[in-house]
Amino acid sequence: MSAFDGLPGDWELVVGLEVHVELATVTKLFSASPNRFGDEPNTNIDPVTLGLPGALPVLNRQAVELAMRIGLALNCTVQPCTFHRKNYFYPDMPKAYQISQYDQPLNVDGFLALPDGTRIGIERAHMEEDTGKSTHFGGAGGRIHGSDYSLIDFNRAGVPLVEIVSRPDIRSAEQARQYVTELRAILLAVGASDAKMEEGSMRVDANVSVHKPGTEFGTRCEIKNVNSVRSIGRAIEYEARRQIDLLEGGDKVRQETRHWDEGDGRTHTLRSKEDADDYRYFLEPDLVPVAPSAEWIAEVRAALPMLPAARRARLAEAAGVAADSEAAMVVVDRGQDDYVLAVGDAGGDIGRALVHVKEAWADSPSVPAADLAKLTTMEVDGKLTATQAKTVVAELIDNDGGDAEAIAKAKGFEAMAADSLGPLVDQAIAENGDAWAKFCAGEGKAMGALVGAVMKLSQGKADGKAVTALLNSRRA
Amino acid sequence: MSERISVEIVTKVARLARLDLTPEEIDRTTAQLSGMLEHFADIDALQLDDVEPMAQPYPLDNVFRDDVIVDGLDRDEVLAAAPAAEDGRFRVPPIIGLDV
Amino acid sequence: MSDALEIAAAVRAGSLKAADVVEQHLAAIDGREPEIHAFNLVMVEQARERAAAIDAMVAAGNDPGPLAGVPVALKDNMCTRGVPTTCSSKILDGWKPPYDATIVTKLADAGAVVIGKTNLDEFAMGSSTENSAFGPTRNPHDTSRVPGGSSGGSAAAVAAGFASIGLGSDTGGSIRQPAALCGVVGVKPTYGYVSRYGLIAFASSLDQIGPLTNTVADSALMLDVIGGHDPMDSTSIPVAHPSLLDAIGEGVEGMRVGRITDLPEGADPDVLERTELAFDALREAGAKIVDVEVPAFTFGLTAYYLIAPAEASSNLARYDGVRYGLRVEAPDTNAMYGVTRAAGFGDEVKRRVMLGTYALSAGYYDAYYGKALKVRRLIHDEFERAYQHADVLLTPASPSVAFPFGAKGDNPLAMYLCDVYTIPANLSGHPGMSVPFGTGADGLPVGVQVLAGTLCEPQMFRAAAALERAAR
Repeated sequence: MSAFDGLPGDWELVVGLEVHVELATVTKLFSASPNRFGDEPNTNIDPVTLGLPGALPVLNRQAVELAMRIGLALNCTVQPCTFHRKNYFYPDMPKAYQISQYDQPLNVDGFLALPDGTRIGIERAHMEEDTGKSTHFGGAGGRIHGSDYSLIDFNRAGVPLVEIVSRPDIRSAEQARQYVTELRAILLAVGASDAKMEEGSMRVDANVSVHKPGTEFGTRCEIKNVNSVRSIGRAIEYEARRQIDLLEGGDKVRQETRHWDEGDGRTHTLRSKEDADDYRYFLEPDLVPVAPSAEWIAEVRAALPMLPAARRARLAEAAGVAADSEAAMVVVDRGQDDYVLAVGDAGGDIGRALVHVKEAWADSPSVPAADLAKLTTMEVDGKLTATQAKTVVAELIDNDGGDAEAIAKAKGFEAMAADSLGPLVDQAIAENGDAWAKFCAGEGKAMGALVGAVMKLSQGKADGKAVTALLNSRRA
Repeated sequence: MSERISVEIVTKVARLARLDLTPEEIDRTTAQLSGMLEHFADIDALQLDDVEPMAQPYPLDNVFRDDVIVDGLDRDEVLAAAPAAEDGRFRVPPIIGLDV
Repeated sequence: MSDALEIAAAVRAGSLKAADVVEQHLAAIDGREPEIHAFNLVMVEQARERAAAIDAMVAAGNDPGPLAGVPVALKDNMCTRGVPTTCSSKILDGWKPPYDATIVTKLADAGAVVIGKTNLDEFAMGSSTENSAFGPTRNPHDTSRVPGGSSGGSAAAVAAGFASIGLGSDTGGSIRQPAALCGVVGVKPTYGYVSRYGLIAFASSLDQIGPLTNTVADSALMLDVIGGHDPMDSTSIPVAHPSLLDAIGEGVEGMRVGRITDLPEGADPDVLERTELAFDALREAGAKIVDVEVPAFTFGLTAYYLIAPAEASSNLARYDGVRYGLRVEAPDTNAMYGVTRAAGFGDEVKRRVMLGTYALSAGYYDAYYGKALKVRRLIHDEFERAYQHADVLLTPASPSVAFPFGAKGDNPLAMYLCDVYTIPANLSGHPGMSVPFGTGADGLPVGVQVLAGTLCEPQMFRAAAALERAAR
């Protein structure tokens, strides 16, 4: 749980996130070199990748398909689009311009719903090419400052990216973390990217500003170099406090790009946006417009898998829990929800299955659904206590399945029959007079102590539900 | 004669274009560009409000390639033509003073 | 024998050895190249090897292709693998591309023999080849005069008999104008007709590769070989083109030839006179002369000199000393860019890069580049309307015959005016070709320009062939 408990005073936080995602295509965006991470430097190169004189880009159809999947999964409108050149000099930019999308991007006007249902607007999700990678030598810690020279690898140059730009609808660091987590889950679900922040296939920049309610949004700063979901929260919180301190001290916030330093937990000035290059955007003359047909869009939409939010809702309804409950979120995130529902299809109890699956497995359950179904049925029929059930599950896991009834029998497990429970219940009532008095007076909470007493007397063989029923009937 | 473009702007443009011009070249370019822009003002007389810009002469759309690998360039051949190379990569002097 | 059609037929038939053709042309080069300087590089050994290979193919009973044994000169802005390709610029001096342009592969597949890389105005920016970093090319008809540009080297090579066919690139007239000044045929096809993959870009939405030849038929032959869709060029037209060689035999009976009544003034009297005679010739051959108007024609120069430099400023940004070409050392990368590009680019290139950067920059885009794109639309649409009333249009190709070196002085605008008649077809994407039609002042060649609608090369070539017949 974050120690960040809201901003001081009545300051409000406004955050927009720009997320760059590397698409999971076989080849690059505009040329047929491999789109692969981790190869020897400069082994995935061609005239287009290197920006050689005379080279021309040709668009990868699969990249458009994946970009459309992202847009549709984010509830965007897919529209006819064009490519523009963004002109600036940097040694990892082989053409000294990046081919991107400017005023006519592929996907516009969508939203991403956080687990609690809050909608964060998506302004656009457009296509663009990635740059090469530069490594710096001679300075401290591989940083540019003080370096003697740099080496450039163009393997990554030309890799297809989708840049997803949210509206500034995010109002807390926690929301920002949830946004990124949910976005990642969506990207994985639709197969568009492996979205690994640690490998750079998903990169998050945060635009952060603060203001007082009823006033205009404040000047925003862009925060870069945020390399994990946790860092997103920390960086946003730090930056919000930094800006508040400035403003409360009578200073202004300068619009600039800042670099998050995970080590010292602060953001530092990178460059001022006022000095930024004039990108001189103009339509890319070497490419032609892309106008996906209604048929193509419909195909992509129809082929989208059930997205995490829908899967959580489906599981939650079947299991009788909240869609943003920890159990539903964890199990869907792990991809175990289909299995849980299969246990239900096999006649088992979905609620119990959810609990077991969440506890027992980090990923794919190894026990046939029908076997676990039988176990859950025994639980809800009162034939096994919860504790006993756990033990049986452990054995099912060890053997990758099995017959729950046979295992329970072999271990001598059975819930105590209801009629042998009666004397134990009476004994517990006799030995716990205070609790019994409170319970009779209407304090439902007192039941817990009584049930616990019966459990102890029965050496764990009493079924909780049966005990409860007996206590209630005794009270009546 | 009113100048269509100033020395200040020409200096800024030269920086944007990464061209180190001498002061004499800046002055000469300013004069020449000014003369050109004076001539190019002839299009200001045209009524263009209802005219759509034309960036490409032949109307095409949806030109794609398949997502299939094709052999690329040999690294050694390429690096042999590079001004400086080391360790399989292109070598450049310190990257400072540039936008990231 | 210098006509490609004849050479290819004879070589394929085995009655002429490609080796002999090469030697004949190398001898011509030995004779006059020192004074003409058409080439940046004569590929002596490669040409001889290639010719020998062609002859071996024929001897083995195989067909080398429709350009068998034909010596071809390539403008030095077309990538030839392993062979220096310099754009006549210091910034690419000595650079060897690791890949071939698509048209180079097509030439090889057709049995052609590349005999050398020809000189050009640096990065194709110019109308006289005086802007080459390696010295100018001289007009074979009068070596005190320019051959035109930017494909001056290719034009001179063909005019001087150094090659049977030259390939050039045309962005604002860079094939048609030097063709006119050197007395050869020069064709800019419809934009997208020939692949640009491997053509070192000047202005991407304007550049096209085309032939310079002694005869109209040779140009048709060459376009039949190099034309067609290329999956490596997203802007190449995805339709199959009908054979132009088949089309040119048909006469011009009933063809409507348009005279643009509001054509910009400024052409010399000798050029205007030859153009009138060209109209007469077509009329005598059965064509009908009609008047058409293209009011925006005259604004083409302005639109071009905002659009082309803008695209060029972006296309030439890659020459930064990082991956290939010239690098001038400096303490940091940003400084390295500035000194490298200052040292590597000539004055005209710098001027256009500056103009183009300015035309695109924040606050000026709408007034310059944005407006120019609208003028382009206007010109295109007016041509389209004209082509409803005419099958082809006829204009001068160049306002004057070849001019002396240095004649345009220090004023870039004076040079830009050379392209006043050729530029509009680049803006509209329509095809155009220059056909020699007699001589003008001082006995120097005059070329007339035939223009046609999109993919109307067959009509254009028919008219050109009729002019060629009349000019003989």
